[in-house]
Amino acid sequence: MIQDPKIGRTVIAKRVALELKDGDIVNLGIGIPTLVANYIPKGVTVFFQSENGILGMGPAPEPGYEHPNLTNAGGSPVTFLPGAAAFDSATSFGLIRGGHVDITVLGGLQVDEEGHLANWMIPGKLIPGMGGAMDLVTGAKRVIVAMTHIEKNGASKIVKKCTLPLTSVRRVDLIVTNMAVIEVTEKGLLLKEIAPQTTLDEVLKYTEASLIVPEQVPTMPVSL
Amino acid sequence: MKNKLISVEQAIEMIPDGAVLMIGGFLGDGTPELLVDGLIKAGKKNLTVIANDTAFPDRGIGKLIANKLVKKVIVSHIGTNPETQKQMIEGTLEVELVPQGTLAERVRAGGFGLGGILTPTGVGTVVENGKQKITINGKEFLVETALKADFALIKAKKADFLGNLVFNYTARNFNPLMAFAGNVTIVEVDELVPVGGIDPNEVHVPHAVVDYIVRGNAK
Repeated sequence: MIQDPKIGRTVIAKRVALELKDGDIVNLGIGIPTLVANYIPKGVTVFFQSENGILGMGPAPEPGYEHPNLTNAGGSPVTFLPGAAAFDSATSFGLIRGGHVDITVLGGLQVDEEGHLANWMIPGKLIPGMGGAMDLVTGAKRVIVAMTHIEKNGASKIVKKCTLPLTSVRRVDLIVTNMAVIEVTEKGLLLKEIAPQTTLDEVLKYTEASLIVPEQVPTMPVSL
Repeated sequence: MKNKLISVEQAIEMIPDGAVLMIGGFLGDGTPELLVDGLIKAGKKNLTVIANDTAFPDRGIGKLIANKLVKKVIVSHIGTNPETQKQMIEGTLEVELVPQGTLAERVRAGGFGLGGILTPTGVGTVVENGKQKITINGKEFLVETALKADFALIKAKKADFLGNLVFNYTARNFNPLMAFAGNVTIVEVDELVPVGGIDPNEVHVPHAVVDYIVRGNAK
């Protein structure tokens, strides 16, 4: 398995980026999902949507060019790309809930065998609130979870049944971790790819949920 | 005709302890900071605040929390303000968490004369607890009730003296929705222009819903 957490995060971001298609409307969550913007494949143009009311969000500005009224959903300064639009929160969630966002990439605390995601609270410990996560998972055309495969204590985050409060009962579509790419299918969780420097035995050892394992499982097509 | 332009002090004087306030802004971007500071200076207590989030302890709505002036918040996110979590755990602050899109629609419904809205968001999660569910064409929806406020405190980039409003980039967020949902709506503006100074095509919120205008600190 990949030992360096930073390389692990980069692998996740690079692999998720390969899922983006030219013209997609994309919403990236906070954390690992944000890194995806750094690895958009050549020849692919996507439009980043932000919950606080942007379609066509660009990267952070050069120091000194921050505008106090141009921020992302984490409150950090961003820019507009040509063709961008700004709008109110009802319109923003009209895009999200109404199925007009092609892909949302979110972080996760747990995903289970049914493809259910829990990513917004740990009762008694961490209660940040759901923000826009519930609407995003419920409404986006495609939901990709980008997260580390295991917790710091070694516990699997891909579990038989979520023990944390669910974000939505809508199934996610794809799980990309620092160990594997897993597709959520009608029959269960299908192992699609294994990360570089990682063995099938390691993936199985660190996955609590049952996996459907094809005879041949290719390595993720990303460079380290 | 009534002149809607008043001072921050006059605006704050109207707001009693225990008032239900909607306050615009997203992590402090688009929050009427002068009005928030006015509430703190006047020591208004037991406030209920409806807003997207509780921002940061030293910014926006977060300052009201840090000063312990709020008894209840209805918000989508409190993760950036440790003071909110602390007071919630201590039991001195009631926190109602609402999915962000649902919150926007509940505010919009309140201002637009609707009793509530139907949303798929939250079905099958803890959010559905205690709520009515309706099935339409085989799909389940939650009934989410409309929200109103005694006062909506909002921030705009520009107003004319009638109260036609223009917002700035991501500072728009909940502000146009809240403008409709306040029984009294007070807007803090960076730029005040004569009537006729805003192209009708560029008006984001028509003046009919704006009761008072306060001059902001343009930066």
